[in-house]
Amino acid sequence: MKPADILKIAETEQNLQRSYKYRINVCCSSGCVPFGALKVLKAFEDAVKEFGVQKECKVARTGCIGTCSLGPAVVVEPGDYLYQSVTPEKAREITRDHVVLGLPLKNFLYSNEAFFKKQLRLVLRNAGKIDPLRIEDYIARGGYSALVKCLTKMSPQEVIDEISISGLRGRGGAGFQTGQKWNFVTRAHGSPKYVVANLDEGDPGVFANRTLAEADPHAIIEGMLIAAHAIGAEQGYIYIRAEYPLAIETLKKARDQAKSLNLLGENVLETPLKFDVELRLGAGAFVAGEETAILASVEGHRAMPRPRPPYPATSGLWGKPTLIQNVETLANVPLIVLNGGAWFSRIGTSRCTGTKCFSLTGKVKNPGLIEVPMGTTLREVVFDIGGGVPDGRTFKAVLVGGPSGGCLPEVLLDLPIDYESLTKAGAIMGSGGIVVIDDESCMVDTAKFFTDFCVDESCGKCVPCRVGLVKVEKIFEGIIRGEGRMGDLTILEKTGDYIGEASLCGLGQTAPNPVLTTLRYFKDEYVSHIVDKKCPAGKCFKNGKEASET
Amino acid sequence: MKDDKRLIILEKAMKEHQYQRSALLEILHRAQELYGYLDKGLLTRISESLNLPPSHVYGVATFYNFFKLKKPGEHLVTACMGTACYVRGVEEIISAIEREFNLKRGGSTADERLSLFITRCIGACAMAPNIIVDEGVMGKATKEAVLERIKLLFGEIKVETC
Repeated sequence: MKPADILKIAETEQNLQRSYKYRINVCCSSGCVPFGALKVLKAFEDAVKEFGVQKECKVARTGCIGTCSLGPAVVVEPGDYLYQSVTPEKAREITRDHVVLGLPLKNFLYSNEAFFKKQLRLVLRNAGKIDPLRIEDYIARGGYSALVKCLTKMSPQEVIDEISISGLRGRGGAGFQTGQKWNFVTRAHGSPKYVVANLDEGDPGVFANRTLAEADPHAIIEGMLIAAHAIGAEQGYIYIRAEYPLAIETLKKARDQAKSLNLLGENVLETPLKFDVELRLGAGAFVAGEETAILASVEGHRAMPRPRPPYPATSGLWGKPTLIQNVETLANVPLIVLNGGAWFSRIGTSRCTGTKCFSLTGKVKNPGLIEVPMGTTLREVVFDIGGGVPDGRTFKAVLVGGPSGGCLPEVLLDLPIDYESLTKAGAIMGSGGIVVIDDESCMVDTAKFFTDFCVDESCGKCVPCRVGLVKVEKIFEGIIRGEGRMGDLTILEKTGDYIGEASLCGLGQTAPNPVLTTLRYFKDEYVSHIVDKKCPAGKCFKNGKEASET
Repeated sequence: MKDDKRLIILEKAMKEHQYQRSALLEILHRAQELYGYLDKGLLTRISESLNLPPSHVYGVATFYNFFKLKKPGEHLVTACMGTACYVRGVEEIISAIEREFNLKRGGSTADERLSLFITRCIGACAMAPNIIVDEGVMGKATKEAVLERIKLLFGEIKVETC
């Protein structure tokens, strides 16, 4: 298999796809499968046969379309007609009316245009459009052509320069300049060099990386291959959560297909590049997403972070130079190579280029997977794309950045989404979770929930995180039992600051964020718990009430 | 006999990884797939084969939430405790299961027929709250629906044993 052969595969597949008048994309990702997506897929296949339109209509099993709360979701091309909550019966009707008669079924169509209007799907370019289990689908949409360009026309340094020009920053949360990181690893001494793709999406409430892997696994592998070419790595690992069985299965198949087309292994596409990818399964440790902890885990140890320097770029896996990137960062790479760094740098804001994927969940009308340009405001995300709070309730806060993110109130909703603005407000980009909270939730209880989570997930290495968080948890328990004192709030604030300042890794540094932000923006709720012994949301003191009733 | 077969499969998996110590997590995953949980004998066996101190293997197995060291009940109910599920009231469902079947989260009923586990997010947040009953995910779950599903499960068992 030579570089030119990839382009031939693309042409053949494009011709084949053009021979179909219609294409039915059935979302079969983790969000839709529990609601019968596989049965719907089968029903479409049967219906197409029943009506004898196999030659004009292709039924494809695809990844996530984004509207996860209305699954199973189905898109009929051309025209991108999105059908929601499809059942096997509806599938037959859609095939009969839309495909055979050419009359889209208006009643079943997804009617919320705003959900897609403000989105820009670059990382998710292929999500819901291709069959993730067919490498030909990916190649037909320009897949692996960026790799071909790198191997035939670009030197490793030219690739790195293009990434630097693009301004791409790490999507795992820290926002480090990707081009700079690649330069560090390239210049580091030691061999072999490694690439680790981070898919340990441990944040509860976040599923953006999982969806990417399920919908477009080859984008991750191609990103890794380009990185390998640029920095001179020979071996790659994809570190993925064991809780994501479908994503694991999809990535394994993708890797095998890439191998069979000579895209992985010795002499990739008959060039000197040698690169292979292995999967490593996580086992349910939030801290394993931290870059030094992930290395320990890949090596078979407890996922405990270690001090930096040395940074993984100089001393990573088994002491060798290692490039660690989030899978979303890697999926951006082929686009930058194909369209140029300058093109990418024009998307988003001047300091934060490109887009960011978010899982939008909680009390919001249209939860799902979204991708927006950097600089989009939280208000646009929550109210325009998300449709606001359902059931006539009122918006209270939005939690950005997972369990160690920050709870931001309505007055901060016009904040643009970028690393610096979020950090300044007390939240973090994290791996891209936005959870909307309404007036039914108590902010004291919410802050306690996240503290409990961090207590559980603290690896125990640093005293401030291990002991400090437990102390914070105890204070919360007191407040919720009605034994809080106003002095507790000062202790919470101080302890929070200490934990943040004195912990080694991102978990400890950001763990106090929910406490500190709720104290900053929702202090009145703490006060009413302590002074009036009342929970404004009616969530706490329930046990007390029950006790007094009986 | 059955046990021997599982050991042979496990031994083969270790051989495939060339008994590399770095493959410990992979081996523990495989062992849990085969046995359902990791008991001390199994962990000792793995430590001998990979030439690792038993304390290291035990340390790793207890560090990660995914590995179970106690024998789980006949049926498993796993509640997702991700942020989205919490905000959408999973706590109420969990307490209801605890009350109804007289067990605690992380434990099993006295007759070992039902275990209740908590997981940190299965990533189906748009369908929150999510409860997994054996292999089936129940999205947008309600207290009533979950209790009914579990009871149904027990009902079927009664029919079989009668």
